[in-house]
Amino acid sequence: MANMAQAVRMALHFAEEHLGVTDIFGEDVGMPLGGVFTCTQGLKTTWNSPLDERGIIGAAMGIAMAGGKPIAEIQFCDYIYNTIDLLKLAGNTHWSSNGQWNLPMVVMTPVGSGIRGSIYHSHSIDATVTHLAGWKIVIPSTPRDAYGLLLSACKETNPVMFLIPKALMRIRGDELIPGEPGDDKALSKLIDAPLGDRTKWSAQWPELQDASIPLGQAKVVREGSQLTVVSYGRTLPMCAAAAQKLSSEGIDAEVIDLRTLWPYDWDAIKTSVEKTGRVLFVNEDTEVTNFGEHLVRRVVEELFFKLLAPPKLLAGKFLPGIGLADPLESASVPQPADIEQAIRTLAATQP
Amino acid sequence: MARDAKKLSPAAKAAKPSAPSAFKPMVTHSDALPLDAAVLRSMHDSMVKSRVLEERLIAMYKTGHGYFWIGGPGEEAFNVPLGMLIKKGQGPAFDYCHFHYRQSATLLAMGEDPVGALRQMKNTSSDPYSGGRNFAGHFSKREWNIAPVSSPIEVQYAMAPGTALVQKRHGGDGISIVTGGDAGTAEGDFASCLVWSSRPGEELPVLIIVTNNRWGISTSYDQVQGVERISDRGVAFGMKTKTIDGNDPISAYLELKEAFEYVRTERKPYLVEARVSRLYGHSSASGANFATNEADCIAQFEARLEKHGVLAKGEAQALRDRYTTEFAELARAVKEEPFPEGSTVWDHVFHGEPGRDPFPR
Repeated sequence: MANMAQAVRMALHFAEEHLGVTDIFGEDVGMPLGGVFTCTQGLKTTWNSPLDERGIIGAAMGIAMAGGKPIAEIQFCDYIYNTIDLLKLAGNTHWSSNGQWNLPMVVMTPVGSGIRGSIYHSHSIDATVTHLAGWKIVIPSTPRDAYGLLLSACKETNPVMFLIPKALMRIRGDELIPGEPGDDKALSKLIDAPLGDRTKWSAQWPELQDASIPLGQAKVVREGSQLTVVSYGRTLPMCAAAAQKLSSEGIDAEVIDLRTLWPYDWDAIKTSVEKTGRVLFVNEDTEVTNFGEHLVRRVVEELFFKLLAPPKLLAGKFLPGIGLADPLESASVPQPADIEQAIRTLAATQP
Repeated sequence: MARDAKKLSPAAKAAKPSAPSAFKPMVTHSDALPLDAAVLRSMHDSMVKSRVLEERLIAMYKTGHGYFWIGGPGEEAFNVPLGMLIKKGQGPAFDYCHFHYRQSATLLAMGEDPVGALRQMKNTSSDPYSGGRNFAGHFSKREWNIAPVSSPIEVQYAMAPGTALVQKRHGGDGISIVTGGDAGTAEGDFASCLVWSSRPGEELPVLIIVTNNRWGISTSYDQVQGVERISDRGVAFGMKTKTIDGNDPISAYLELKEAFEYVRTERKPYLVEARVSRLYGHSSASGANFATNEADCIAQFEARLEKHGVLAKGEAQALRDRYTTEFAELARAVKEEPFPEGSTVWDHVFHGEPGRDPFPR
């Protein structure tokens, strides 16, 4: 069963073979390293860029303008901030040219905490990038979803931001990517670059398939009747585990993986909240002007009379950074115990 | 004026740039006219046409028929030759143009219909560049590879290597041309362009142009730039560079022609710094009034053409009068054209999808 880094790699391979991807590039993206998280090992269109995030985004825009299909990587999302006006420009190019130009480009970047990454390898940017109109924003929580969503991102004719929760990079899912061998060691032997000299190595790709997952569709990870938990990225598996654990306490929580933040699947949220009357949004970006706040607002405005309890948001603390020491990180972003407590409290809230 | 990196002595390379002072007048030409009379007359026609167009745009702004003006009057002697040399068309076989907002003369020299600029000034729905969404001078024309001009300074320099990379891979002689001002070279995107265009073994066909008018709004070049020639910044990257007189259209044409030929055939970058005038200030924000203390390239060129008999006495004035009348009539017609409907704000948020408000109101 592939982990998320392998899933991304296989999707990129399929995309450069079948979906017209011309350039997969960024800092240390090319061989011999193949990306600091190994997501780009063994691919044929990878190359190493200068250490220049603005140059990376600008080059992606130019390549897209000239008919190429770029996948640009920003090594950690913490380093994407100096490109913000270029991201804005990429998002508004189609609109400001009144429909003349469009930019089919994907920017992928690892996000979030969970690897003890300290102040500049732990950021989340979902709150920031969901402010960028004209972009589609994707964040998978399983390898299978990463594979399918990345294929859809590569088929897009608009800019797509593909956020990869770095804490989930080595997590294996429970669903096979169509074409991958079921045995972990067999897959690793095929597509993981060896340690040491890699000059003579080339990946042996399995027969992969176009198993894309449409953007904009959430997934009900666990069905439940009492309350709804909506999450994505790193906190999604925590929410699913919490729901499973609390079922023994008689709490029946439905868990939704949003998967795409823009355009997001409002129908999935609405259907669930109309059923349960209670909703908790969970993510790890800082809580002030958080994307979950938008979802809370929409629930209040459109579903107020269906609610049995105030909608809740559990998100990262509004802090300048995430500290390195374990107690600091744990105190900064939602932990399993926080999620369990939030679910218990919400389940117990009566009108 | 040529500054070939390979010919610089080590001492010259190590030399500290001298502190900038007011630019010395650049006389780079003899009085002779080394171009065919028909070419010179066409060049002059486009320069006058562009100047009159910009003055009409300013008049529209000053009479309430536009919210903001920005453009390139004073740069015609450089921008017209630039347009004459561009290989226009769509796709990587043709030149990509990453322009800034002072490029109307280039567009006209390429054969663009001037009515589009008037429509953009009036922000009508018929504005062919942005449908009433963007400022004057913010051109965009995909069928000629003209990337959308945007207001952030220097972002176009980060994009040009991307189109050039596709062009180099594509083959042929299409190149990417990027323009911007001297003040913007302080932005990191200018350095990005130099770095990305000159990666060893991966050099890109980018014609990197800086029009140096010695101003960034109200901040003078001398206050903020420690380098005497902006073109010298390219020397460090081993690229061909040149500082040229952008007020002389003949010299500009010949210098640009050489630069174009180099980039087209060698598939490597070339940095051109053109010294130009800024005749109506930065934009309408600074009044858009004629600057009497700057050289007027059109007046200088006309005197030269008349002296050599390329233009007859009074011919230039007649041309100016003709365009003035023509553009006044066009502007009157444009003023009657409708603005875009408010409901169209959702159009073109995403390519390939119908525009729609995602929220119930």
